[in-house]
Amino acid sequence: MSDNLREQLVLLPEYFQGHLLLTLISLSLGIIISIPLGVWAAQSKIVKRPLLTAVSIIQTFPSVAILAMVVALLGGQIGLVPAIIALVLYSMLPIVRNTVTGLETVADEVVEAARGIGMSSNQILTKVRLPLALPVIIAGIRTAAVWTVGVATLSTLVGATSFGNYIFTGLQTSNLVSVTVGSLAAALMAIVLDSVIGGIQWLTEQRNQKSSTRKFKQVKFVVITAALLGGSFSGYSLLPEPKADFVIGGKAYTEQYIIAGLLATELEAAGFTVDQRIGMGTEVLYTATANGTVDVYLEYTGTVWANIMNNSHNPGRKVVLESVTDFVKGKDGMVNVGTLGFQNRYALAMRKDRAQELGIVSIEDMIPLADGLTAAGDLEFFGRLEWITLRDTYNIDFAEKLTFDSTLMYTAVNEGQVDLITAYTSDGRVAAFDLQIIEDPRNSMLPYDSFLLASSRAAENTRFIEIMQTLVNQISDHEMREANRLVDVEGQSVSDAITYLRSVIHY
Amino acid sequence: MIELKNLQKTFDNGATYAVADTSFSVEKGELLGLIGESGSGKTTTLKMINRLEEPSSGEVYVNGQNVLAINREELRRNIGYVFQGIGLFPHYTVAENVAVVPQLLGWDENRVKLRCQETLKMVGLPVEEYGARYSSQLSGGQQQRVGVARALAAEPDVILMDEPFGALDPITRAELQEEFKRIQSNLNLTVIIVTHDMTEALLMADRIAVMKDGEVLQIGTPQDLLNEPKHEYVKKMVDMPKHRADRLEKLVHSS
Repeated sequence: MSDNLREQLVLLPEYFQGHLLLTLISLSLGIIISIPLGVWAAQSKIVKRPLLTAVSIIQTFPSVAILAMVVALLGGQIGLVPAIIALVLYSMLPIVRNTVTGLETVADEVVEAARGIGMSSNQILTKVRLPLALPVIIAGIRTAAVWTVGVATLSTLVGATSFGNYIFTGLQTSNLVSVTVGSLAAALMAIVLDSVIGGIQWLTEQRNQKSSTRKFKQVKFVVITAALLGGSFSGYSLLPEPKADFVIGGKAYTEQYIIAGLLATELEAAGFTVDQRIGMGTEVLYTATANGTVDVYLEYTGTVWANIMNNSHNPGRKVVLESVTDFVKGKDGMVNVGTLGFQNRYALAMRKDRAQELGIVSIEDMIPLADGLTAAGDLEFFGRLEWITLRDTYNIDFAEKLTFDSTLMYTAVNEGQVDLITAYTSDGRVAAFDLQIIEDPRNSMLPYDSFLLASSRAAENTRFIEIMQTLVNQISDHEMREANRLVDVEGQSVSDAITYLRSVIHY
Repeated sequence: MIELKNLQKTFDNGATYAVADTSFSVEKGELLGLIGESGSGKTTTLKMINRLEEPSSGEVYVNGQNVLAINREELRRNIGYVFQGIGLFPHYTVAENVAVVPQLLGWDENRVKLRCQETLKMVGLPVEEYGARYSSQLSGGQQQRVGVARALAAEPDVILMDEPFGALDPITRAELQEEFKRIQSNLNLTVIIVTHDMTEALLMADRIAVMKDGEVLQIGTPQDLLNEPKHEYVKKMVDMPKHRADRLEKLVHSS
């Protein structure tokens, strides 16, 4: 077994527990909410149409968008709660719809008989209609369960642990083993859950004919055992765990995984317990640190300056750093523990041979050629201040502007599918693919000094601050690029990159 | 006993009447056949007795009580009802189906169990053999026996039957007709049986009410109807089984 696989499997219990817990809680709440709604809709024509429309509309939203909206509505809260709310919303359609259908398809003569012998409407519902609709309702729950397992992988994006951690980490660090382990684990969980609920459905369908057969009893035994195991496991998982001393956050790319891992290693070496929540977006992470859900993460001055403070000018590296430090302190009591030394700013980059062929050294050289060039940006770039400033400063626009996942973006420029990309200065792939950074003589690109942003709670801990400060100004552009290259290009693990960084830091 | 006074039912605010000004009474221990073709109003009349349909006007008395003054569910629990489509609960066993009404009435468990045994024995389905089966595991005739047992379970003295034997094959139907007639006279039950089968009515009923277009054309004993039909339609209705009986008799004697 490779080291990489072993490293992934170590994480399995934690991710499995997170994923199962998310799925079972969300599904249970989904059932508790959706069945009464379905019953209500089946009784009342006025409710039925709007309700079914509403749950169908929820379903048409991309699940990532629902997660983002829930986080926003909860004032930036991350973790289990927003993930569960989003998953519950997502699980409702099949359960509500099947409850309505199930109740409506109960034979009229049976309902008439129930009325005729003197059952009240409530008794007809609970003793006759619901039991007879049960197989159809359970079929709906089964569909919802499979969806929930799948969508739960996305809750990694809002800081809830799931198999998604494997998938997103793997995607960002080019670790195919991690992606595969995560995908297989999620698929396997979906299959098992589908089979167990399918078993329950079969039991409810067959109960009128075959309840005494051997097969019926076997299925019943398996289903009950599985339900008990799942139930007691999630019950156990819900027991309050000893809370980690510090929660380390991180965005969804290699550098963030490496630095978060480095911070964790340093804190653990000093005897603290830590919890890592990697894979979130800037907004989510920043808010979570402001409200103390996250204690520390790697942020960049330009990001705060442009995205959080909404500035649209570039007063230079020093001023940006000072303004950002004051801003985070003043608004939410957060602390800039110190810069790490490297910058991760945007820069245009091209393959060296292509740049030579076109005679491009600086962005100014591109101006007359731009309407024949294809540019590729990461998921954010063309919506960012950098692009607008660059465009206006040089009065330049490209023939085509494509948006890529950053890993694919580098591949695209290397294979000549695009002419230039919006690279990051600390990115290992710049060196690995022998890319040329295009000069920016008019300083249109914002500075992105990396710094450690700590919550007010964490900053009060002097030991914590001491440990963090040992890292200040210890990592150069070159060293960070090398660490990133080890993971992104050499295919080594994040822990290998951490080991490398620790070897160059002067403690 | 059952008494209907000027009972009317309209489903379209008086434009037409499904049941128009119907009055008759059924004495204690009497079995009344309510006969007519579909749309004659016979089933609607029956359903107004236990308020599965509410009368548009008029009154119904069961054992001297105005049914409109009684809680609907209470009323229905105290009147046995046998359904056209049998209407057993497919998710209940035979025993559970029979136990439903006594349970709704709040009988204690032992009494329910004993009564189940008793009624299932009465309809020829010993609980030991049939009690745990589901309706899908029974023949049509057995299912309707359970339907009868369910109607008898809460010891009602009034039973309403809506074409109870309509879906059964002729031999089973004849068996059940006879058995039910026997049970009815043993228990001295007051019964209204809705049917479109004149032979069934003639052979089972103490009296027969013939309905057409929402009105009772004639009410009387089978002999009355056979010998003195007061209406062309009634005559047509009784002539058919009479002719058949005559032809069968000839057939028997000629061989």
